[in-house]
Amino acid sequence: MNTLLVIATILVLALIGFVLGRRRIIRQAEGVYSRLHSLPTYHGHFVALWCAVPALVLLAVWVPLEPKLAMSAALSHFQDDIGIAANLESIKTSTLALLLQVPKDATTIELDALRSDQLDLLRTEIRNMADGTASTGHAAFMEEVASVYAGFRDISTILMVAACVAVAGLGAGVAYSRVRPEMRARNRVETAVRWFMILCSTVAILTTLGIVLSLLFESMRFFARVPITEFLFGLHWSPQMAIRADQVGSTGGFGAVPLFAGTMLISAIAMCVAVPVGLLSAIYMAEYADSRVRAVIKPCLEVLAGIPTVVYGFFAALTVAPLFRQWGESIGLDVSSESALAAGMVMGIMIIPFVSSLSDDVITAVPQAMREGSYGLGATRSETIRRVVLPAALPGIVGGVLLAVSRAIGETMIVVMAAGLAANLTVNPLQAVTTVTVQIVTLLVGDQEFDSPKTLAAFALGLVLFVMTLLLNIIALHVVRKYREQYE
Amino acid sequence: MTAESGTKSPTERMRATLRRRYAAERRFQAYGIVAIVVALSMLVTLFVTIIGNGAGAFVQHTARLDISVYPQDIDPGREADLDALARANYQSLVNDALYSMFPEATSRQDRRAVRDLISPGAKFVIRDMVMDDPSLIGQRVSVRVPLSSQYDQVLKGNVDPAVDFRVMRESSTEIPWSLPEGERLISDTQAGYLQQLIRQGEVEGSFNRWFFTNGDSRQPELAGIWGAAVGSMFTLMVTLLLSFPIGVSAAIYLEEFAPKNRLTDIIEVNINNLAAVPSIVFGLLGLAVFLQFFGLPRSAPLVGGLVLTLMTLPTIIIASRAALKSVPPSIREAALGVGASKLQCIVHHVLPLAMPGMLTGTIIGMAQALGETAPLLMIGMVAFVVDVPGSPLDPSTVLPVQIYLWADSPERAFTERTSAAIMCLLGFLILMNAVAVLLRKRFERRW
Repeated sequence: MNTLLVIATILVLALIGFVLGRRRIIRQAEGVYSRLHSLPTYHGHFVALWCAVPALVLLAVWVPLEPKLAMSAALSHFQDDIGIAANLESIKTSTLALLLQVPKDATTIELDALRSDQLDLLRTEIRNMADGTASTGHAAFMEEVASVYAGFRDISTILMVAACVAVAGLGAGVAYSRVRPEMRARNRVETAVRWFMILCSTVAILTTLGIVLSLLFESMRFFARVPITEFLFGLHWSPQMAIRADQVGSTGGFGAVPLFAGTMLISAIAMCVAVPVGLLSAIYMAEYADSRVRAVIKPCLEVLAGIPTVVYGFFAALTVAPLFRQWGESIGLDVSSESALAAGMVMGIMIIPFVSSLSDDVITAVPQAMREGSYGLGATRSETIRRVVLPAALPGIVGGVLLAVSRAIGETMIVVMAAGLAANLTVNPLQAVTTVTVQIVTLLVGDQEFDSPKTLAAFALGLVLFVMTLLLNIIALHVVRKYREQYE
Repeated sequence: MTAESGTKSPTERMRATLRRRYAAERRFQAYGIVAIVVALSMLVTLFVTIIGNGAGAFVQHTARLDISVYPQDIDPGREADLDALARANYQSLVNDALYSMFPEATSRQDRRAVRDLISPGAKFVIRDMVMDDPSLIGQRVSVRVPLSSQYDQVLKGNVDPAVDFRVMRESSTEIPWSLPEGERLISDTQAGYLQQLIRQGEVEGSFNRWFFTNGDSRQPELAGIWGAAVGSMFTLMVTLLLSFPIGVSAAIYLEEFAPKNRLTDIIEVNINNLAAVPSIVFGLLGLAVFLQFFGLPRSAPLVGGLVLTLMTLPTIIIASRAALKSVPPSIREAALGVGASKLQCIVHHVLPLAMPGMLTGTIIGMAQALGETAPLLMIGMVAFVVDVPGSPLDPSTVLPVQIYLWADSPERAFTERTSAAIMCLLGFLILMNAVAVLLRKRFERRW
């Protein structure tokens, strides 16, 4: 809230700077505007930029740093205080001890001995106490620690407001004093705008970099505990680690082959639905349908692509899966209620518009002359399509199908809602299988510690997913581009 | 056989071949039609299922209770202090009203059955009413409160196909159940009380306003989409505020200013690849960078908006570049010719002409973001949130995640609400896409 207020103040100052800068240059021009290098507006913008940009940068650095500094001040106070008040009887009965699960016979809480999750809890508790939203029953020294935190934060906020306003005023003042008729204000403003645009274009690169680095970094930590060969080639997946080391099944299994197999199975079923239906409807629309029919049907098919995947997931889980189960029962087959078939079918429906619109594009891109040559030799339309158009369009269609496969592999909600959780290694589409995306969601939703192999495994799976889809996309884009060049 | 075919003239043979070829032609065409029909019938099935399931959720059966707002129960000090009013025991008022309607229910079991008729949320309805108008204290007021979801489902005919509201009202003594007592949600005793309530004319089905004004709840009859809708609104607001300026600036730079070199090539390839990265990977990025590294709050629409911004940027950049490309070079040359700088030429002349295309792309990107679920699960927007969020930093959920959460609940009443929430979500999406199509139709120019 404070931050928003500071931003608003800076913006108001910038507006004032704009008005003042513009007025100053108009006064200096003395009515002869041809004396000015730039229009008065640019001088205004010049002052406003010098006012707002440095102050906003300062704010952007300060805001994330402030709570960290405040917390380290509070924790060092905590350390000192506990050091003095060792053997403190109140620790045992305090809310803090309950929260951190300190053993009954402990007499002190050593900061260095705390695990990272306990430390997180402690930090959260201090923060909550400072905000006045913590649970009650804390020992007096905790109140003190929290008040150190709150005090540091309050002072820092006041300092921040003062510093930002000072920087804004200083920037505006310097820029204001430099406003002269011969100053190249337009060029300077345009340079600033251009740098802003360059910054915006690099966001895409930064995103990719962020994805790659965060996935790699967390995966490395995972592979330090679970060997990469076990992850890639192991056949046993059961990431539910026990909380205590002596429980049964405390090791967990991180062999991801069943997940890869499940993903492939469901994607294959989806493609079995999407490719024939999508391709045939694309051929019909590109070669047979007249433009009025096309104008109605094409948007209708595209509606399928616009429906959120969570809706498909609900449809699969609520309608399709029970239906398949019933059919299976009526002919004596044992169909799981989370069968790969149901999830794959519905995913196929979702992918139909992808296949059809991509194929439609490549089919219409085949030069008309090739069709006419075929008709001239007496071939019927279907013969022309099968013998001439499709072979010519094949690379493009393959590219489109590859893109659709990558979409199927990365699809999450349908499988989360309709596919299973247990990792079965099977090719039977009537059984429940699980996929990479389902496991990522199950591992990361709910309470989690950032350090356990269970959480890190999700990032390793994410890395595999990212690499697979990236490869498929690069190949597909390459194939499609090669194909386009052929006819252009 | 050979002799027979030998007797056919070449013309006849050719006719036979032609017939075969034409049959193949018709078959091929039929395959295409079948494929289209299959795809469209899937679409229709989907919509029919969702609407068939969800239409019922817009109606909620309510009962009219005559409540005596005893001052000694809720405001013993007679100070009409809002804090005290908020904490008072309204459940006892509801219970008293119910017991006076069913004086014959005296045993513990019967009284419990009577209490079960009315939703546990009735006390909140009364609390809100009293807090809005403290002068009601000491008066007798008549209020409509929701029935419990299992009774509501019975009256809608969802529990037993043979029984619904009309049948309940008109059947004299014996209710014509087709299911045995064990398979229904309510017992015969409970049904008796319900029927009695209906006979007194106190029950009616009316528009379910709670569905549109409440946040999430464990009680289906109180669960609403307003909390999720507000969360979606905050998330989309953050997404729009960030992705539109960034996307448009990036598109302008790449299309108009960038020199053709390796770096720009890399950026281009990069944007195309980002557009195809699975959305869940963006969720992992958000979890690792925004939550772990920058320490932003979990479950907040702010973080959701940031993640969705990164996800929709490629869409907006690609659409904006296409829009810029379609503006003919003569416009730029004319502007440059009368002495405009490059930036002036673009801001004053090219941008206004490209704006409809850019807006269309942005709306389509926003529609994608509105329907997105998976990345938001990663950053913890799956929490059970009862309160309507007041700012982009409050924990909240969004419409698609709400749908996901409700879809997990086994109660029939939640299935109904899930479908209804889907109808609302699809309604928003259709609206957004319609606006995009309209924009394109209205402002599209052919040069």
